[in-house]
Amino acid sequence: MEKFTILKSIAAPLDRANVDTDAIIPKQFLKSIKRSGFGPNLFDEWRYENHGEVGMDNSKRPLNKDFVLNKEEYQGAQILLARENFGCGSSREHAPWALEDYGFRAIIAPSFADIFYNNCFKNGILPIVQNNQTMDELFAFTGKITIDLESQNINANNKNYNFEVDPERKRRLLNGLDDIGITLQYADDIKAFEKNYFNTYSWL
Amino acid sequence: MAQTLYDKLMSAHIVREEDSTALIYIDRQLIHEVTSPQAFEGLEISKRKPWRVDANLAVPDHNVPTTQRSSGVSGIEDPISKLQIETLDKNCEEFGINEIKMNDIRQGIVHVVGPEQGATLPGMSIVCGDSHTSTHGALGALAFGIGTSEVEHVLATGCLWQARSKNMKIEVNGDLNEFVSAKDIALYIIGQIGTAGGTGFAMEFAGSTIENLSIEGRMTLCNMAIEAGSRAGMVAVDDKTLEYVKGRAMSPTGEQWDKAVKYWSTLHSDDNAHFDKTINIDAKDIKPQVTWGTSPEMVIAIDGAIPDPEKQTDPVKAESIKNALNYIHLEPNTNINTVSIDKVFIGSCTNSRIEDLRAAAKVLEGKHIASNIKLALAVPGSGLIKAQAEKEGLNEIFIAAGFEWREAGCSMCLAMNADKLEVGERCASTSNRNFEGRQGQGSFTHLVSPTIAAASAIAGHFSEVK
Repeated sequence: MEKFTILKSIAAPLDRANVDTDAIIPKQFLKSIKRSGFGPNLFDEWRYENHGEVGMDNSKRPLNKDFVLNKEEYQGAQILLARENFGCGSSREHAPWALEDYGFRAIIAPSFADIFYNNCFKNGILPIVQNNQTMDELFAFTGKITIDLESQNINANNKNYNFEVDPERKRRLLNGLDDIGITLQYADDIKAFEKNYFNTYSWL
Repeated sequence: MAQTLYDKLMSAHIVREEDSTALIYIDRQLIHEVTSPQAFEGLEISKRKPWRVDANLAVPDHNVPTTQRSSGVSGIEDPISKLQIETLDKNCEEFGINEIKMNDIRQGIVHVVGPEQGATLPGMSIVCGDSHTSTHGALGALAFGIGTSEVEHVLATGCLWQARSKNMKIEVNGDLNEFVSAKDIALYIIGQIGTAGGTGFAMEFAGSTIENLSIEGRMTLCNMAIEAGSRAGMVAVDDKTLEYVKGRAMSPTGEQWDKAVKYWSTLHSDDNAHFDKTINIDAKDIKPQVTWGTSPEMVIAIDGAIPDPEKQTDPVKAESIKNALNYIHLEPNTNINTVSIDKVFIGSCTNSRIEDLRAAAKVLEGKHIASNIKLALAVPGSGLIKAQAEKEGLNEIFIAAGFEWREAGCSMCLAMNADKLEVGERCASTSNRNFEGRQGQGSFTHLVSPTIAAASAIAGHFSEVK
């Protein structure tokens, strides 16, 4: 997993509440057995004028010019601004895979759905919660935003905003640590737990 | 100290606790073809083996065709669907994981198959790379959906890192009105608290109405907990739970059964247990429900009218209503029971159990779907449910009414197989999500119970039972 330390980028403003993971990556793209290559189909139904299917040459599809990611001023944005309950619905990790593959490393919203929020951290994406007033200020600002994970600070328009992040998740993101490797350091604890557990719950 | 059901289930599984998260032991992982290939690939790349192979049970469901399957996996027309199912078969074989294959009579939707086989038991911690894993909480288990990285993590370590959720109790009391089912309770709750109302909470359903629900009904309710934002929904263990679990293929027997029952009987929230939030609902306020928009919280009673964005005080809400109505091609203030439909879908992990098929068949018996209905699908949740329904003659009622009677799978709930809506088609669906494009690009989904789906199929528009 890629480390996350300091990110400086313009932000793409997606001014919609309850953006679900079906909208982030429609189901026809879930048939892939790979983890990469979902970026061109991020927000597929909003981004293109025609219906997308696996195997199409996306560079030749007609774009919906009104959609935020198609506007010239937001090209190269690595930060996504969103509204309430971002990432609700299906647990598909293809949603953060698509966001990451497109180039987003951070999402700032007033709230996130639980499973999506979790999935972001597994893929080097930092989801940040800010209140509605801050969100309105960020939506109104068009310059570069700096996110510093170590100091848990956002700087935009010469103003600083703090954010909360779980200390363990922060440590893993700062260092790009692999969850499974960390857990397997506790293999002896797991074995000891199992011994006692299957003794107590012997029908399992 | 008095504990909630969720607290008890968490405590029993904690291997190691850190400041804000705990490493919890996973009793059962259910696996399907869509969210597992990249997890198996990850194991292979890092040369890891499953921690405890017996913890896993796999079944293909999202992509399987629901029409005839006599030519097996190699006969699946869509090459990409075929590859995903072949990949699941290959991975299960390679890693020694128990798989119920596509043409096995026990095959079906993972959340129907788990309880049916006794693979999900009270007290267990259960995960699956699918958000509707909350279904299994109906048996007094801790069950929630996870992403693919976590699927790989559970395969490799038998455990998962979890932050503790807060506790929410939804208490529903009183007798249900006629033709009101667990699905209507679920939609009504989501209408009250919103799709983010349960975010960060484990949701326990309690009260006399819930006690009176069958286990199938409780599964429908817990299934929809995620649509209210809660990863885990649950109901306390009672005699109905024990009766349901007894005698299933993977359930304990003899002395082990007695020992299990003793423990399972403790799986309820203690009196005076602390809930961070409690919602009280009077069952008599719940009418049959229909969603009108593109989120499950956009729901009204069958005799209600579509809201008017002009009358909203909250601008974000007004904008959401406008966006939804613009997508779904409906006008504000329209009575929902005047809106005509093109297709009907009875199935999905929400409403494809025998009780659901019986409820729909009861309405359909001796009647026929309206002439404007282009397609009506009945898709049982598993091969065993299909067989049971056929034994009861339900298939004949569906077919005589003009429905197609299909093989088990997720089908038109998310349209990953051939069962989908065309652009502009409107569907009365017993599934769980009415998001834009969920059942096919540019199509319109309205969530209802099996009873209302059947009544609407006969009327040709959304309708109460006549």
